Amino acid sequence: MDKKTISLDHGSGGLASQKLIGELFLKYLTSPALASLEDCAVLDEQTGRIAMSTDSYVVTPLFFPGGNIGELAVNGTINDLAMRGARPIALSLALIIEEGFPLDDLEKIIQTIGRVSEEAGVAIVTGDTKVVPKGAADGLFINTTGIGVVAHHCNISGKRAKPGDKVIISGSLGDHGITIMSNQAGIDIGGDIASDTTSLHNLVASILEPETCDVHVMRDPTRGGLATTLCEIAQSSKVNIILEQDKLPIKPSVNTACEIIGLDPLYLANEGKCLIICTASRAEQLVKIMRQTPEGKDSAIIGTVSTVEQGKKPRVTLTTTIGGTRLLEPLTGEPLPRIC
Amino acid sequence: MKCADEFRSREITAPLLQELQKTVDKPIRIMEVCGTHTMSIFRHGIRSLLPPEVTLLSGPGCPVCVTPASHINAFVAAASLPETIVTTFGDLIRVPGTSGSLADARSRGGQVEIVYSPMDALSLAQNNPKKNIVFPAIGFETTAPTIAATVLMAKNLEIKNFFILSAGKTMPSALKQLMGDPDLAVDGLLCPGHVSAIIGSDAYLPIARDYKLCCAVAGFEPADILAGLLSLAGQIQRKAPTVENCYTRAVTSQGNLRASQLMHQVFMETDSEWRGLGTIPDSGLELREEFACFDATRQLDIHPEPAGEPKGCKCGDILKGHLLPPDCPLYGTRCTPLNPVGPCMVSSEGTCAAFYRYSDKK
Repeated sequence: MDKKTISLDHGSGGLASQKLIGELFLKYLTSPALASLEDCAVLDEQTGRIAMSTDSYVVTPLFFPGGNIGELAVNGTINDLAMRGARPIALSLALIIEEGFPLDDLEKIIQTIGRVSEEAGVAIVTGDTKVVPKGAADGLFINTTGIGVVAHHCNISGKRAKPGDKVIISGSLGDHGITIMSNQAGIDIGGDIASDTTSLHNLVASILEPETCDVHVMRDPTRGGLATTLCEIAQSSKVNIILEQDKLPIKPSVNTACEIIGLDPLYLANEGKCLIICTASRAEQLVKIMRQTPEGKDSAIIGTVSTVEQGKKPRVTLTTTIGGTRLLEPLTGEPLPRIC
Repeated sequence: MKCADEFRSREITAPLLQELQKTVDKPIRIMEVCGTHTMSIFRHGIRSLLPPEVTLLSGPGCPVCVTPASHINAFVAAASLPETIVTTFGDLIRVPGTSGSLADARSRGGQVEIVYSPMDALSLAQNNPKKNIVFPAIGFETTAPTIAATVLMAKNLEIKNFFILSAGKTMPSALKQLMGDPDLAVDGLLCPGHVSAIIGSDAYLPIARDYKLCCAVAGFEPADILAGLLSLAGQIQRKAPTVENCYTRAVTSQGNLRASQLMHQVFMETDSEWRGLGTIPDSGLELREEFACFDATRQLDIHPEPAGEPKGCKCGDILKGHLLPPDCPLYGTRCTPLNPVGPCMVSSEGTCAAFYRYSDKK
């Protein structure tokens, strides 16, 4: 017998849709709000400002070392909320599935979404499924939207980096990007290369409580990598940022893979790393706290914020291992592997 | 790449820099021939550490940059053929031809796939027997042996749907042509480590002898590059041009004879057009007659658009070392990494792209 696959009927809203929702989705996504199958979820009252974020996930391959698209979809949106200091409280889940998509794979992905959202303590409270004809999508696209509450009196924004501040990263750089690119290239580098996808809201909570005012900027350096994210912050805050190459946590296996494919780890996506810019006097203490969490165990201070020279534009530079200065520009286009 | 770490340590580079400071007593102009050198110099911030008397010029050694519009047009034309997949190295995909790049061809519905080696293209041919797989064979002596090995394997496996668009180039004849240019004011050449691993350091002896030009073969780590520059500064100071091999862990005087033989078994030398430099005799590689069945230009119905160089683009002068990227009127305005006009802006190894990305001269 053929492997079971998704058909256009599964997206029709009719019996096949109901069966899919009842037997697959609700098996793994267990929030009462979702199970009620109403047109929308109504959540409990909250105190504080509401934060909201949305992201779509179109990764190829759907399964990769360290996770799958489902993990990215949950963690990515949770992290976007956490980076403004928000406590995530609920997620929506919308799927666009290509006709013929293996039911087994869908089940694995939904199971992952259920597990990750439960571990994170952020429920999927509403959802939608569409099926498009073969060729109209590439397997599976996912959108998640999340809402959270900014309960603290914190004011975290890309505009708040100040001269003298320190730059902290919560762990090794480029793991997710190189995993996907070496997988696409069919290159098996071996070693410990795997996506770093994880949710960061608990790490963030650990450093925002009890105080918040010392953390000025938080960002998760996803697409475009650390370099592009820092360029955006330098631009918004009108400051220079100086990174120390010696201090950057990059796994040897990631470096090796980058050398082979011709990529730069500073421009590769991360899916479970938090970049923090904070008052210098608090930096060491924050790193200590972060290192006590599993997702922040390799946290390090990697750079300093400084004043823009008069008449110059804000810039991000890297002091290289040999003591040279290199300018870091935002990524242009998709990162392309080099010929030699 | 753990073995490279020691060549990136300050303990090794600092004394080399000090020595270089002592050796350089007047302004000197050195051309780094190869794009990988250009990249490495920018990535490690080497320019910022050099004595102000040292000017580095980037030469014609980025394979993507020297591929002329006429070749790109042929690649694009191949991508518009039915049942055809054009496979390409990643950084070739954005290089503009006369009307568009391979990336544009892909967005118009052509099948273009990024591969990491010609062997990947051959596997694609085996897995898609009903499609023609075309591989644009760009690159220098570094890539040509691998492409030759792929063609030989295709022949042994009797694969009928794998084709090469010959666009390979060789370094020594191009360098001779370049050095013969009376306007070229260069004191020394930093010769590429990987090309030299194939052709051997002796390949530069005629250049040192005939053009009185100092040559140093160097690897791509900061310590390698500084050792190469130090060797050149010494030769220039002593007025004793020769070829010094500063990359003995990879390069011998004779090179990799097996790889060279493989390359010559499959390819023969031919006149070739270089972007910005014009046609240089015997500087290209085309498939030998016995491999004609793999030659896309002979076997497929490819009709490339006629080509012209983009107006105002100074890539030619930049490749020759006459100008630095900021001297080009298009640099940073009409020509940026996002919308490249000339090829030197496209490849991350290209001089203009490296300048734009890593220096603050906008």
